[in-house]
Amino acid sequence: MERTTTQNESAQVVEQAAQYLTFKIGNETYGVDVASVREVINYEKVFPIPSVPDYIRGVINLRGEVVPIIDLSFRFYGKKSVETKMTSIVIMEINSEGEMMHIGVIIDAINAVQDILPGDIEHTPEFGSKIRADFISGVGKTDGKFIIILNISRVLDVSELSDFASTMK
Amino acid sequence: MATGDKFDLTEAMGIFFTESREMLETFEGCLLNLEKDFTDEESIHALFRAAHTIKGSSGMFGFEEIERFTHAVENLLDLVRKKELSLGSELISILLDCHDYISQIINLFDGNGEVKLPDGLALKRDMLMEELKKYIEGAKAGQDAAGEARPSPGALEEEESVMSADPGDEFVASPYWHISLRFKQSIFVDGLDPQSFISYLNEIGKIEQVMVLAHDVTAFGDIDPELCYLGFEIVFNAQTAKETIENVFDFLSEDCELRILPPGSNIREYVTLINELPEKPMHIGEILREIGSLTETELRRALSLQEEMFGEKLSPDQYESKKPIGEIMVQEKMVQRPVLDAALEKQKDIKKNEELKKKSIRVDAFKLDNLINLIGELVITGANVKQLAEGSGNSELNEAVSTMSRLIEDVRDSTMNIRMVQIGETFKRYERIVRDLSKERGKNIELVISGGETELDKTLIEKISDPMMHLIRNAVDHGIGTQEERTAQGKPAKGTIYLNSYNETGSIVIEVSDDGNGLNKRKIYAKALEQGLIAEGQTVTDEELFRLIFAPGFSTAEKVTNISGRGVGMDVVKKNIESLRGQIELESVEGEGTTVRIHLPLTLAIIDGFMVQVGKSYYILPLDMVVECNEITEQEIEGKDAGNFMNLRGEVLPFMSLREFFNEESEKATRSNIVVTEYGRKKAGFVVDRPIGEFQTVIKPMGKIFKNLKWASGATILGTGDVAMILDVPMLIQYVQETQGAKKATVQETV
Repeated sequence: MERTTTQNESAQVVEQAAQYLTFKIGNETYGVDVASVREVINYEKVFPIPSVPDYIRGVINLRGEVVPIIDLSFRFYGKKSVETKMTSIVIMEINSEGEMMHIGVIIDAINAVQDILPGDIEHTPEFGSKIRADFISGVGKTDGKFIIILNISRVLDVSELSDFASTMK
Repeated sequence: MATGDKFDLTEAMGIFFTESREMLETFEGCLLNLEKDFTDEESIHALFRAAHTIKGSSGMFGFEEIERFTHAVENLLDLVRKKELSLGSELISILLDCHDYISQIINLFDGNGEVKLPDGLALKRDMLMEELKKYIEGAKAGQDAAGEARPSPGALEEEESVMSADPGDEFVASPYWHISLRFKQSIFVDGLDPQSFISYLNEIGKIEQVMVLAHDVTAFGDIDPELCYLGFEIVFNAQTAKETIENVFDFLSEDCELRILPPGSNIREYVTLINELPEKPMHIGEILREIGSLTETELRRALSLQEEMFGEKLSPDQYESKKPIGEIMVQEKMVQRPVLDAALEKQKDIKKNEELKKKSIRVDAFKLDNLINLIGELVITGANVKQLAEGSGNSELNEAVSTMSRLIEDVRDSTMNIRMVQIGETFKRYERIVRDLSKERGKNIELVISGGETELDKTLIEKISDPMMHLIRNAVDHGIGTQEERTAQGKPAKGTIYLNSYNETGSIVIEVSDDGNGLNKRKIYAKALEQGLIAEGQTVTDEELFRLIFAPGFSTAEKVTNISGRGVGMDVVKKNIESLRGQIELESVEGEGTTVRIHLPLTLAIIDGFMVQVGKSYYILPLDMVVECNEITEQEIEGKDAGNFMNLRGEVLPFMSLREFFNEESEKATRSNIVVTEYGRKKAGFVVDRPIGEFQTVIKPMGKIFKNLKWASGATILGTGDVAMILDVPMLIQYVQETQGAKKATVQETV
């Protein structure tokens, strides 16, 4: 288990570069602002919950807290992620209607924490993206590679995620 | 005198607001009692005390707006207390409005400090003040008239002789206030420091002279250092009203004797002062001279006057100040001895009650929540330890662990108990609402409360109060008809709303019922048809029909009033109750009345659960809803064309298979079991692979993402660290009913 929430102070002073946690889902590299990341944990036993949509993989026991786990692969591409040795869970901290809550997301592999200068982030391309455009807040460039920076509050929008009819009406 | 140790008022401010709200609650309660019996002495006194306390403490904290207003209220109540003004419904209504106004400004000032009142409130204040003034002046005028009508010749004569050429009328030369303070010995013990009050005087003026009196100290060896033996005579220089000075000591009103003489008082007033003080007149006179309140000549004149007035040849009424007030009242034939004794007895009772109250302590709810969270963790860890111990096969360890488990259970129960509050307090709050609403609608309605001693988790009580309010409003507005309508129906003109609460198998039931019109089934049916909720010609049971009331936007009211009828409400009520893992049901007989029954779980945090296994997953059912558990054969589960019913000792039991419901794909167990549950007088069976047994279940919230997951009321963490879902039995029962009811409506009656 590795904590990644610490901010590098010196980096902040120099040109206010923001830090992003980068990871892979499928063959694409994504980044999220480390400020909204609580921790990264190994893929552990996820307890499935019957009668919920496929983008909800289940829940885990995070030191006594029941945390829902979202399958980003399903949410992005509509196909379930396949577990490998590299599969991890990123616990995000989401502010939903003034209430902080934890949501875990399944990722295929963790990459690194990278500094990206605001000047190196471009607007979302107007077309061409395969995932929903509102999930993307920009495209960052480092070392000649693109990192798709996620708008995590849209990706994990609680009112959208909870909008399902369970088996009962 | 040091002026440094002023009070830190901001810190105590929170307490002020809490206490004032409590006082207001008492205030309102007393008024409602008095409305039933205008002469209820106890309530009148409590009313006065509440107003007095609010006035005093708001003055202490500098809330002039509150202070000024409550002062007027207090003045009026003082007249009531002295029987110079009698209460009537009109006055009680005004006082209730005063209560509302004070609550409003207290809410306004809480967090903002004293701010300028918005125009609406200022207008309200002025109107109320005007009303109060009218009553006070009315009473005073009546009093004067009575006084004139009963002239005592002797008294009049005496008055005249005094008036003519009396040295007592001369004004003293001192341009300063004179303040005389005598503290109760126990003042330090009560946590008050007289010095800070005296220093506070320097905030509003200048202390010219202070004389400390240590008259009570008998022998040095006998001094108890925790008692206060001192009295103070103060010469005070300030351009202020007497009230302002009084207010400084308001907080001490019961702990000290305070006498204030304004600048330029006449000698007679000083004489009275000298006489009233416990010290010898000569002694106190000397002190007054020494600190400069009286000159030598003034003192001599005062002392001779004192001898004259309070010497041998005193008439009883001039003697008053030396005798306890009770005695004087008897002497004056104002009250008879037995009445006085009874009053004194009552006073003792009140004191006793207050002492009882002191035995409870106020705890920050946050601390309590924290404790409950910790207990939750402890229960989970305990379960883990138990599992490990059982696996180890060490019998001594197992014994120790089972003792520990029992203790944990006890700790859990007593902790949960801390949060339990009697529901009666909340019920009482509705008295006012029923009263106001029924007046507004021109109806005569009484609220009858029973079961107020039923205990409920505090958070639940808070969350239930809005839905309850709605139900009560409905009962007043729709349920109970006008007096004319009721008389025409042969019912008593006075309608009744009953609030009742009791325990029922693992849940608390709250009932709101009325003896009003009941629901009009035809109207509901027609309306439901109109809104497409049911199909033409469809047969529906009463229960189903009444359930439509809870559908969003459903209202049969012909006219929308300001209270209800807009069709928002019952669905919100239902949602609120369900979010508390509760259930709501409605019974109604046309022409006889309606009963709404709310079932609520006992607590929110920890329950006794019954664990079952389906496939690889574990599920928890609330133990108190589980009636029995039986093995069930394959034949009994399958091959039922009419639906899932089984014969339970001659009783028809509807059941559902959890395996089917959850689409469990794993291999079927060779044997199945049925868990029979009962909730809200309905039984249902759930087919599971394996019953595991009792389990202390800490309910963990599942977060907003699962808010639409109706069949689960939460999750819990097992001793192994696994997560198990807690099943919401009432929702599942409803599901069983609905799916099977749709298949075959005729068997509904058996459920």
